[in-house]
Amino acid sequence: MTWTEYLVPLGQGAWVTIQLTFWSTIFGALLSFAAGIGKLSRNPLIKALSIGYIEIFRGTSLLVQLFWLYFALPLLGQAIGIDLRLPPVAAGVLALSLNIGAYGAEVVRGAIQSVSHDQYEAATALNFSDRQALWRVALPQAIPEMMPSFGNLAVQNLKDTALVSLISLQDLAFKAEQIRNFTQDSTTIFTIVLAMYFGMALVLTAMMKVLERSVGRWRTARS
Amino acid sequence: MTEPIIKFDNVVKRFGSLTVLDHLDFEVNPGEMVTIIGPSGSGKSTVLRILMTLEPIQEGVVYVGGEPLWHEKKGDDFVPASEKHLRKMREQLGMVFQQFNLFPHMTVLRNLTEAPRQVLGLSKKDALERAEELLEMVGLTDQAKKYPHQLSGGQQQRVGIARALAMRPKIMLFDEPTSALDPELVGEVLKVIRSLADQHELTMLLVTHEMHFARQVSDRVCFFDKGRIEEQGPPEELFTNPKKPRTREFLKQVLDPDA
Repeated sequence: MTWTEYLVPLGQGAWVTIQLTFWSTIFGALLSFAAGIGKLSRNPLIKALSIGYIEIFRGTSLLVQLFWLYFALPLLGQAIGIDLRLPPVAAGVLALSLNIGAYGAEVVRGAIQSVSHDQYEAATALNFSDRQALWRVALPQAIPEMMPSFGNLAVQNLKDTALVSLISLQDLAFKAEQIRNFTQDSTTIFTIVLAMYFGMALVLTAMMKVLERSVGRWRTARS
Repeated sequence: MTEPIIKFDNVVKRFGSLTVLDHLDFEVNPGEMVTIIGPSGSGKSTVLRILMTLEPIQEGVVYVGGEPLWHEKKGDDFVPASEKHLRKMREQLGMVFQQFNLFPHMTVLRNLTEAPRQVLGLSKKDALERAEELLEMVGLTDQAKKYPHQLSGGQQQRVGIARALAMRPKIMLFDEPTSALDPELVGEVLKVIRSLADQHELTMLLVTHEMHFARQVSDRVCFFDKGRIEEQGPPEELFTNPKKPRTREFLKQVLDPDA
């Protein structure tokens, strides 16, 4: 097997990695907003749930979360008589989303809190409700502030997907290990894999930059 | 006798141990233009911020249009106002801020149409019509598509005035509207405020350090000191013949600082 022949299976693995990254970043972003806004809620229950979620998922290992969802949850379900078995893809996307969402929530919370108090006063003076003030005044100003951190988290998430190979998902890392077992050609394989992750990270970073620019267009308008 | 549109009845406002308004009684009649002057820390901006519901009070009652602002009647008792009550009361008030507080992510036009559309439920067409009328009034028709940071301070403050007026309030509160402006930009903002005062349709409350302007446009000037009204009266009287020594001292300092 020559190194060019590695590219087909590795390419298949990379495609799985891309899909995992895509979905877990999308769901992670949704969770970030839900928990980040929830942490600022005046409702004590919503606030407590958000803080609980954020602290648990930031305070435990992603690998353990992944194993827990894939191996422990079904047994727990069995004990109480519910089928909680998750397909590997679902467990993988869920663990990655929950993890990235917990970190993202702190980014969302911080960015919302960095919006000037004057802006909320203007919103009150114009008789906006709290919800309108959040969605129409605070968030549009906070989102451009979040983008650099979200860019970092997305790249972090891409690299974290390698862990899902441990629950038998055939991502890039899994394929690499598979070919390596077969050929023992560690140097070539891992060099290619390194380059592939790096290439994907570059593309992801560029995409986040485009997104950052488009949500912050008003900041750079020229006269 | 007309019923006052604004009435402070024995109002106390504290920030921690600091008393900002000390059992204040204060009334404004409909259509009246009242200017509040006084040293910093005398509580003049606080009066406006209480009316705009940005600061709660600790004692007393504030009435707007005959109804308690920070309270609701429950039987014969006054209970603290709900958010619903506050939102209803706020419909009557508009505020212009020292730092303009425009929404930086919206164009000038959108700054003027957003609240009428979202809060008052105006159609897009009606909100645009209203905004264009107001932009013409403040002389900024050609700036409608720009963002606030692309405008001068004076232009931003004129947008601020138009934005508040777009909600059609009965009472306009101006909180040091020219204090953050370069001296050469003050005139264009005062001109807009003067044209509003000349129409006598709005009740206006202005906190300012522009003494000459206050003298020209006000129906009444109130001198605040230590959380109370030390002296008030028609501008000619207060500026030329102040009765209280504290008023004389303050006016001497601000009108003739070199002497």
